[in-house]
Amino acid sequence: MTKSELIERVAARTGLTKGRAEMVVSTIFDSMTEALVQGDGIEIRGFGSFTVRTYKAYEGRNPRTGAVVHVPPKKLPFFKVGKDLRERVNGKRNPAQVRPAGEKVEAERKKSAGSRTSPRRRDEKLSEDVI
Amino acid sequence: MTKADIVERVCDRVGGFSKKEAADIVDEVFDSMKAVLETGDKIKISGFGNFVVCDKKPRPGRNPQTGQEIMIEARRVLTFKPSNVLKAALNEG
Repeated sequence: MTKSELIERVAARTGLTKGRAEMVVSTIFDSMTEALVQGDGIEIRGFGSFTVRTYKAYEGRNPRTGAVVHVPPKKLPFFKVGKDLRERVNGKRNPAQVRPAGEKVEAERKKSAGSRTSPRRRDEKLSEDVI
Repeated sequence: MTKADIVERVCDRVGGFSKKEAADIVDEVFDSMKAVLETGDKIKISGFGNFVVCDKKPRPGRNPQTGQEIMIEARRVLTFKPSNVLKAALNEG
């Protein structure tokens, strides 16, 4: 899907004109770009987050010729997919996937209940790792 | 920046919306993107970047805490490939 197809879909689903839908979609990505340029991160619940990562200079190589190339320090945007979208993309919405998360919540509750449960904590943690 | 900040920008720059209307429209944009990515299709936003769904093969892995070997199952992941325009904008000055 391209940006213009996204605009068409948004227009159809919201009843906006294509012109106004385009202004909205463009404003969204423009403001996200501006935030990243200022070094600000972006967090969209259920979708993901964008952060700017700084990379040091390094000596790289042209893979075709083998020539050494100096790569100057740079900044790159990094996208971390949100939990909801990650699960939807992976198509795993079955109960088996939901259960470990429920157990974790249970384990978390036990942790906060008091120090009496602490010897059991390790076992619970281990079983989570195996899953 | 959060979604609320984006909604505010949309109100300021596009105009003619109440906060609530703008919030619903911004939600619709992200929900549309999620629905499309869920089908395995990619999204190309020129000047910003591409959201691409990749199929990963199963591979052997290891629990770093216990050293126990486990199989990492085949899965689908979402990656973001920033556009050259965005990369250049970040590295200006």
